[in-house]
Amino acid sequence: MSRTLAQKVWDAHVVRRADGEPDLLYIDLHLLHEVTSPQAFDGLRLAGRKVRRTDLTIATEDHNTPTDNLLTIADPVSRTQIETLRRNCAEFGVKLHPLGDPQQGVVHVMGPQQGLTQPGMTIVCGDSHTSTHGAFGALAFGIGTSEVEHVLATQTLPQALPKQMAVTVTGELPPGVSAKDLILALITQEGTGGGRGYVVEYRGPAIEKLSMEGRMTVSNMSIEWGAKAGLIAPDETTFAWLKGRNFAPEGQDWDDAVAYWRSLPTDDGATFDKEVFLDASALTPFVTWGTNPGQGASLDAVIPDPESFASESERAAARRAVEYMDLTPGTPLRDLSVDVVFVGSCTNGRLEDLRTAADVLRGRKVADGVRMLVVPGSAAVREQAEQEGLHEVFTDAGAEWRFAGCSMCLGMNPDTLQPGQRSASTSNRNFEGRQGKGGRTHLVSPAVAAATAVTGHLSAPADLDAVGAR
Amino acid sequence: MEKFTVHTGTAVPLRRSNVDTDQIIPAVYLKRVTRTGFEDGLFSAWREDPSFVLNNPAYAGASVLVAGPEFGTGSSREHAVWALNDYGFRVVISPRYGDIFRGNSLKQGLLTVELPQAAVETLWDLVEADPATAIEVDLAAREVRAGGQSWAFELDDFLRWRLMEGLDDIGLTLRHEEAITAFEGHRPAFGVLVG
Repeated sequence: MSRTLAQKVWDAHVVRRADGEPDLLYIDLHLLHEVTSPQAFDGLRLAGRKVRRTDLTIATEDHNTPTDNLLTIADPVSRTQIETLRRNCAEFGVKLHPLGDPQQGVVHVMGPQQGLTQPGMTIVCGDSHTSTHGAFGALAFGIGTSEVEHVLATQTLPQALPKQMAVTVTGELPPGVSAKDLILALITQEGTGGGRGYVVEYRGPAIEKLSMEGRMTVSNMSIEWGAKAGLIAPDETTFAWLKGRNFAPEGQDWDDAVAYWRSLPTDDGATFDKEVFLDASALTPFVTWGTNPGQGASLDAVIPDPESFASESERAAARRAVEYMDLTPGTPLRDLSVDVVFVGSCTNGRLEDLRTAADVLRGRKVADGVRMLVVPGSAAVREQAEQEGLHEVFTDAGAEWRFAGCSMCLGMNPDTLQPGQRSASTSNRNFEGRQGKGGRTHLVSPAVAAATAVTGHLSAPADLDAVGAR
Repeated sequence: MEKFTVHTGTAVPLRRSNVDTDQIIPAVYLKRVTRTGFEDGLFSAWREDPSFVLNNPAYAGASVLVAGPEFGTGSSREHAVWALNDYGFRVVISPRYGDIFRGNSLKQGLLTVELPQAAVETLWDLVEADPATAIEVDLAAREVRAGGQSWAFELDDFLRWRLMEGLDDIGLTLRHEEAITAFEGHRPAFGVLVG
């Protein structure tokens, strides 16, 4: 029978199947961080249980870590959470990349960069952006703390088989339009609940042409339109990216692995429960104006009139968003001035993202009154970027070159917006207060972030050439 | 986990859609390493507004939250469920939920009921007209009753059984430990080992 990529990965991991019950799925890799694990370890201790497979479990510190130094966590509550992770990992024998370790970083950057994320695997983490790993053709999804405890204790999870959806992206992305613009446009097209109940497979020529970094950006935001997971078929791009990384198979194991990975893509004739299409060639730089990732528009557009939406619940949400974001309908998006620009996160904190932002900034200056933070997704990304001299491009432009962490993606560490501040951010969520209480977030691509830093208002790189800023 | 069969209580009408888990409990409350005491974080940014519905004394003591669609989207933080539980909610009613939040809630005995938008609007109207309106949520019959009306809801048999029995998933899974061990015996040799 013809099967989809997701079905093949699922079927290969069923430990137990019984009528009227969810399948029991084996988990190949469990990623941990400090925020969603302490109560799970407590649960193990209370029940006298061990971590079943420490060799399939790995932890890092990211959400609470400072990005201005590697030594001092000033907030005692954050420090306690980090110290709790260190104690738990030591007690239960789990490998940890702590602050200051060369592999430390945002959990969804740390895994792939070491070759831990491979096609055909099942991967979970107590973090909704675990969908990132789907870019390699892995079935990867975020879980809650009860499930973290369950995986620690049993290396399995009971899961009901989700429905299958194909997202086919036809055509070719125009120059200056990136994976981030693609996924933001898709989420606006489908809405924040459009993927709910589905495992999604992104496919088509525009997806195949993306780099692994671009694919990770797309898969990362699967959760922002409600999808359980977002997979992309492994191909030569995937294999080339993986070969030689720390945990990639070697020798005969590599050949065996590649042979298996080649069997994973969706069979001809496999059916999906739903199909969605997007034409990449019609896309432009895309940004959000509202307070959920589905409230987005082309950078060329104006703030929409809340009354123009189809349903009352969308109208009410848009009214509230326009008020919270302090916007006037009809204002061109390009007229919105920002206080802060953030480049980083598990969505856009990889080397390619930093290169893109640096290419725009090279020889230019961050506008007066704008603060720009550039935060590598991991210590390894930071090191590679420095080898390429990217850090000098950022600091010469007047941006802050910082240490790795989740940083301003969410308000759990010192990098936050002040109330009323407006940001252009390469992260994944524009929720009320996400980047700090009262902060206002516009989600953008790395290229748009860098151009916006130069002009001080939402801009694309093409706008800079037009005003002769170079 | 406490067993859930029938719950009767008053309700808070939360007339908002896309109530993401960052709104239910902002990230700053996630730094704690304990599992209880999260009630102060529940909707903490919104509660600073005196006109926010949870600040209305008419709804004090309510145990059912009636919200718009896409409730609990976004972050996987189970703290959102703990905060609702700790504040005293036993049931949430919404047309649609974020998947991870829904899964978390059903593991923690917080019953998340899906009712159509029209039913939610009727409940909002009923509760706003009379905050003392009793909402009866019957898991055995899979039915919500209020103001002389009733609405059936869906929840699969396995999840319903687990909630009604108050069962812990880990205990259920460990009954099949032999199957797990057998599976581990034939995982491919090229699989990743961290340690």
